[in-house]
Amino acid sequence: MRVATTHLTLMTGAEAAAHAMRQINPDVVPVYPITPQTPIIETFAQFVADSQCDSEIINVESEHSAMSAAVGASCAGARVITATSSQGLALMLEIVYIAASMRCPIVIAVGSRALSGPINIHCDHSDSMMARDAGCVQIFAENAQEAYDLMIMAQRLAEDRRVLVPVMVMQDGFTITHSAEPVALLPDQTVQEFIGEYEALYPLLDVDHPTTQGPFALPDYYFELKRQQVDALDAARGVWLELQKRFAEISGRRYEGFFEEYKLSDAEYALVILSSTAGTAKVVIDRLRRKGVKVGLLKPWLFRPFPAKEIAQALADKRAIAVLDRAISFGSWGPLYLEISAALGRYLQQKPALYNYIYGLGGRDTPPELIASVVTDMQSGLDPTVLRYLGLRE
Amino acid sequence: MKRYQELPIGGVIPGGATPQLVQTGGWRSGKKPVFNEKLCVNCLLCWVHCPEATIVVERSQMRGISYDHCKGCGICSQSCPTGAITMAIELHDDSHRPKSEVSEEVCV
Repeated sequence: MRVATTHLTLMTGAEAAAHAMRQINPDVVPVYPITPQTPIIETFAQFVADSQCDSEIINVESEHSAMSAAVGASCAGARVITATSSQGLALMLEIVYIAASMRCPIVIAVGSRALSGPINIHCDHSDSMMARDAGCVQIFAENAQEAYDLMIMAQRLAEDRRVLVPVMVMQDGFTITHSAEPVALLPDQTVQEFIGEYEALYPLLDVDHPTTQGPFALPDYYFELKRQQVDALDAARGVWLELQKRFAEISGRRYEGFFEEYKLSDAEYALVILSSTAGTAKVVIDRLRRKGVKVGLLKPWLFRPFPAKEIAQALADKRAIAVLDRAISFGSWGPLYLEISAALGRYLQQKPALYNYIYGLGGRDTPPELIASVVTDMQSGLDPTVLRYLGLRE
Repeated sequence: MKRYQELPIGGVIPGGATPQLVQTGGWRSGKKPVFNEKLCVNCLLCWVHCPEATIVVERSQMRGISYDHCKGCGICSQSCPTGAITMAIELHDDSHRPKSEVSEEVCV
């Protein structure tokens, strides 16, 4: 990804997301603070206090209430953003399903953090993976720049009439939320033009056209309404591709396809990694490439909808693939691995060896040497039917 | 019944829905409210408290109970200050169950 060299500002990922929110200027922002998301809403609240945007912040007593208020505001016809992490998302989750089923285009900024217990405030992806079946689009940002860009694209994606579901934008807790990097902001006016005016399909405040929303749906209708959500997530693929083209025009930054490929096309060995650890992997790949090892990276932006066919095509000719998961489905394997394994099984006749490593749970550091050891493992042809752990004392 | 492509998204009901459109009388089991017009003082507390469209009111006068909508919760008889609504054992003969989607059967 090329970062425009003009107007670079040093800021954390949380501040970058807050700037995106300021420029989007949503009508309503119901929030409850939780580490490591707090600096997103703290920064945004300062923007509102300084009259840099005129959103209505609703200070609620829990994340369950935050998402409930978000659903109410969204049904009323408002543009709504909220933010959370970990336990907050867990508490919110009951209503996240309802937001998705009521087709509320709410943007949810997530500072990824491990789920309790034991209680832990540091990064892993167990929170967002818990929510993967809720019916939201899920997008993972690698760094502060992506966190900013993806928030803006998320708003437009959520509100597209073909989509109309919540969109979660994940950035790694502390690693990105609290680390300062140079970020190129777009002009406010450019962001406003990109997202456009939001016009709700069935705003409750349109009293001349009353609607009943969120009704009971028994066995005679529930199934059909769930099937509509399948179409919404499928439509999000095409809308995402359209948005990237428009976003590249206004920013010069390219998010081509559903995932970033880093030195992947001629690679014999591939790493598949979400979010910030993909950045570390790029450094490892550069070092190994200098030693003649043909290794590359596939970093999905979209996890929901999952771009299974495109990923299978991109990985089809590899000798071996290692999927690094920062979450685990207990009793099974890593969630990202399960998706990739299903994708290869569905679309490929000849499947590359596919490895799964669990890494970084509860914020455990994953230095370059550990990622390099995965490539060494793949080269030595270890048994791919064994689930492995990176940086675990065992 | 509509296919999923024909339904408004998110279960939205354009125009709004009220309990009058839904025949909830089929949920009733065991007891039903019985209205005694002679004891009724038209305070309409039953109409205020009934969670469904069960209490039939015309020109501010309590007219009876719609068994197409009554779930048999008994709140009307509890709220009635004169004993004009009492709960009676309902035989399982289905004669008071909804017969059509828009029937407005009233038993006085």
